[in-house]
Amino acid sequence: MERLLNVLAFASVVLFLIVLRGLRRSRIRVEYSVSWLGAAALVFALSRARGALVWVAGYLHVNEPAVPLIFLILLVFLWVFYRFSIIISHLKDMNITLTQKVAMLDFQVRGRLPHAEETKN
Amino acid sequence: MSPEARSGQRGGGPTVLLIPAYNESAAIGTVVREARSLCPSLRILVLDDCSIDDTVAIAEAAGAEVVRLPCHLGLGGCIQTGYRMVYEMGGQAAVRIDGDGQHNPADIPRLLERLAATGCEMVIGVREEGDQSTSIGLIRRIGIAFFKLLLRPILGRRVTDPTSGFVAVNRRALRVFSQSFPLEYPEIETLVVLQRRAFRFEEVPVRMRPRMGGHSSITAKRSIYFVVHVLLGVLVNILRLDAWRWLGKRRAAPRA
Repeated sequence: MERLLNVLAFASVVLFLIVLRGLRRSRIRVEYSVSWLGAAALVFALSRARGALVWVAGYLHVNEPAVPLIFLILLVFLWVFYRFSIIISHLKDMNITLTQKVAMLDFQVRGRLPHAEETKN
Repeated sequence: MSPEARSGQRGGGPTVLLIPAYNESAAIGTVVREARSLCPSLRILVLDDCSIDDTVAIAEAAGAEVVRLPCHLGLGGCIQTGYRMVYEMGGQAAVRIDGDGQHNPADIPRLLERLAATGCEMVIGVREEGDQSTSIGLIRRIGIAFFKLLLRPILGRRVTDPTSGFVAVNRRALRVFSQSFPLEYPEIETLVVLQRRAFRFEEVPVRMRPRMGGHSSITAKRSIYFVVHVLLGVLVNILRLDAWRWLGKRRAAPRA
């Protein structure tokens, strides 16, 4: 079990570093990195808090203390995915509205230009 | 009498014919020319959903104004662009026909007449009972039957063809649809959106024609996705229904 907790702690550190690297290279925006950094920090903290895990395992009537941690990781990542689904849906709505506005403006502009042919794609 | 006058929109904004098109170069020219000759008073807007063929050039050559979407949005997003435009330009009504020639523009005046006469928000041109002029695939026929059954208790009335894209809407519906409209396969969900708003719709029998070119986007494989997607959309709209208002409306007489 100790080895599994060590692997989880190592994985959380790797996740943390990957997100930081993404931030540094501007691949991920700060506001979207918070969920991942928070999740990585939580997993790391719990994998190091053996006493807390033993207590939670006892509370859930599970013999192995790593099981509740894996369950918690699953929940955390489900929450992160759900949050990103909301963000993606919002972005898609905004994209549709923008696309429609661009089409409408393009229509109006082409109607006012003397040589509309030149503006065609 | 012009279709505009028949629709009771005298003195208001224009009545606009919307033709969503995606790679419809085989049919769009004929559809636009027919519409221009049969409904000369209507402003014709072809909504090009980022076609990669000559749809835009052919539609413009046939005399239509073309709204070009910079990227492919799908049928619902494309139609909503038209509804937004008509609403923002102060239009009083809009008629939508497909760009593949299945809908006969000669039926447009009858839809507008019904829209004006009944005061309802939407009129749907539906396939005449027993019309064998065009063949409907087995899968589509099953889909129509399924959604007819599903929609009946939701709408509190029978719908002849919930998948018909031949519709006329008035300004009240334009206002709603310009804000909220299903992105994909909008026809069925639109009916539930109307129900949510306590809007009414009427049906007018029309004679459908075989498509002049291209092919349906709903293939056998995609039809499963279609059913699941539309089912989910309908369920979401039911969740948004104001239950008490819905029940009240079903018990009350139809709105004038």
